[in-house]
Amino acid sequence: MTDTRPTLAVWKFASCDGCQLSLLDCEDELLAITGAVRIAHFTEMSRAHVEGPYDVSLVEGSITTEADAERIREVRRSSRRLITIGACATAGGIQALRNFAEDGAYASTVYPHPEFVSSLDTSTPISGHVAVDLELQGCPIDRRQLLEVIAAELVGRRPVIPGYTVCQQCKGRGTVCLLVSKGTACLGPVTRAGCGALCPSIGRGCYGCFGPSEGANPEALAGRLLSEGMAPVDASRLFATFYVGNPVFGNQATALAAAETGLAEQEEQST
Amino acid sequence: MTHGSGAHRTVAVEGLSRVEGEGSLRVEVRDGVVHDVALSIFEPPRFFEALLEGRQASEAPDITARICGICPVAYQMSACAAVEDACGVTVDQRITALRRLLYCGEWIQSHALHIYLLHAPDFLGCADAVELAERDRPSVERGLALKRTGNLIMETVGGRAIHPVNVRVGGFYRAPTVAEVGVLVEPLRRALDAAVATVAWVGGFDFPDVEGDYRFVALRSPGRYPIESGRVASSDGLDTSPAGFADMVIEEHVARSTALHARIEGRLDYLTGPLARYALNSSELPDPARQAAEDAGLGMICTNPFRSIVVRAVELVFACHEALRLIAAYEPPDPPAAFVPPRADVGTGATEAPRGLLFHRYELDENGLIRTARIVPPTSQNQITIESDLRRVAQASLELPDDELGWRCEQAVRNHDPCISCAAHFLDVTVARR
Ligand code: SF4
Ligand code: SF4
Repeated sequence: MTDTRPTLAVWKFASCDGCQLSLLDCEDELLAITGAVRIAHFTEMSRAHVEGPYDVSLVEGSITTEADAERIREVRRSSRRLITIGACATAGGIQALRNFAEDGAYASTVYPHPEFVSSLDTSTPISGHVAVDLELQGCPIDRRQLLEVIAAELVGRRPVIPGYTVCQQCKGRGTVCLLVSKGTACLGPVTRAGCGALCPSIGRGCYGCFGPSEGANPEALAGRLLSEGMAPVDASRLFATFYVGNPVFGNQATALAAAETGLAEQEEQST
Repeated sequence: MTHGSGAHRTVAVEGLSRVEGEGSLRVEVRDGVVHDVALSIFEPPRFFEALLEGRQASEAPDITARICGICPVAYQMSACAAVEDACGVTVDQRITALRRLLYCGEWIQSHALHIYLLHAPDFLGCADAVELAERDRPSVERGLALKRTGNLIMETVGGRAIHPVNVRVGGFYRAPTVAEVGVLVEPLRRALDAAVATVAWVGGFDFPDVEGDYRFVALRSPGRYPIESGRVASSDGLDTSPAGFADMVIEEHVARSTALHARIEGRLDYLTGPLARYALNSSELPDPARQAAEDAGLGMICTNPFRSIVVRAVELVFACHEALRLIAAYEPPDPPAAFVPPRADVGTGATEAPRGLLFHRYELDENGLIRTARIVPPTSQNQITIESDLRRVAQASLELPDDELGWRCEQAVRNHDPCISCAAHFLDVTVARR
């Protein structure tokens, strides 16, 4: 009997494994999933490897070496649909901070012999290298959203993934706005929904781990944060984390860092 | 996978599976003797120590969590401990207890993952847990239920299972209520039974007859099995503070492999992780865990690396039992976090990640900015010992046909549950992927 199940492959590039772990974290659904799809390549889970082509490839991680830039092209060639999962794959991840550092500075901090290490000076998203069919955001992605994507792929429909903000999810669950009521720094107004507005529900400002929402206006939020008394350098750091590689957050971080430098220069001149 | 014949052969496993991260191994046999072994890792480095420079110390727990999605709590806890040490703050006992509860969740989740999905299939000749489920679905379901319970603790205390959001330097953003943690009791009682059944299940596997000659290193804290704090002890008499230990450990960048290998100065290689924790602390285990260990034929020390799966299962019993104990005594810390004023100093934090000792050291400036960071994960400490194991296991298994020898060698690596993502900063990135 031939196996007619669609094949699923899971690939890893520079990442923490957290997004692919989300698949194994679907404890209640895992055996149902493996009944509906054939897991053809998933090194974290299986020794078995089925040659491509694959119906769907899930890709975690960013591109940080020449070899990986080549490998992702191979993965693309062998995949009918290619879906990137998580901040690393869709924006370069926290390791994209190196894109803002001086050449080679990072390798020499970590390695006594940086000349042994062949790594690119940038961490870039998968979409910077090959065509991507769908991007799922989050650091980590949300398990329920992943299940929705897999279910949608199985029947060939578009998954229902919101593009609105964490702010709107807060309103939905009735969480009092931290920014308004306490002046807490919160990226909720510019961050994509998906987590269920977790941080504000425990009294913590959102730190943007789902990346920018559709049509986000980070400049307006930055202005608001500065008017609450936040130093530009601190606001810059807030934008420069897991989605620093996404220009919407990355450019805002750079602008705020420049504002801080400007302030320091002004101070120097006036003394 | 393997090639060569007779006395000369090379076993190469490209793309090691069922480990966290990407690596490969190679064993070279000459004249019937294992000549060379190498565990190579082609996971690209992500330079965490470098990107932490100039960040606020308060960001360290969330940033370093992203080193590993399997053990984020370990990173968060070691980071908090290091920053608090630098700033001279000791947190309230109730905060420590809540941290320990969160950490139990991670141990349960991670150990259940490793035992059921990554390690057990080896002993039963299956490629993966899916194949195992076709033969023995109830066992796999028991493992998934255990894992689910670990995640439930992490969600209840930490806000989510992967990269929890509720942890901060000094404690937590919000302490869960007594009722909220009370919801965990029923699932944990079932998990405790499932964990005891797990010990019996894995205790019945066939284990190759291999004994390692290990120098064990683990935390030790009087009166309890170590998780979130303790002094660093070794099987050859070391007893020191985390800071003292960090001073002793040297990491070498070897040209042959471009890997940073951690060793204790003058004492060569050592092993951290369940075998080490158990060897140095088995007398502290609560009765149900002790009993389960005894029933499975474990002594007070276990040096057969293949039996690490039994030790992990015993720790699963311990973690479920400990979580129940902590919940019964739970008092929400108020405030949920201690105030941690910045101070220019150096701090070290060491905790027991599921895979072993994880230490962080930060040098902070007077504004609480990180000047330098050092992170030493268990896998980089275990790397040399894993290679010695590989040599020992390969030598003892030379009678096996090539394919089986390759699989056996893979197991020798998986015995130590290496987390290659964690070790990313020490990795060989020049190895070509084939
Ligand atoms: S996006 Fe975040 S959770 Fe996902 S792999 Fe990258 S670091 Fe890990
Ligand atoms: S940081 Fe924002 S997006 Fe991430 S979990 Fe918290 S609230 Fe959600």
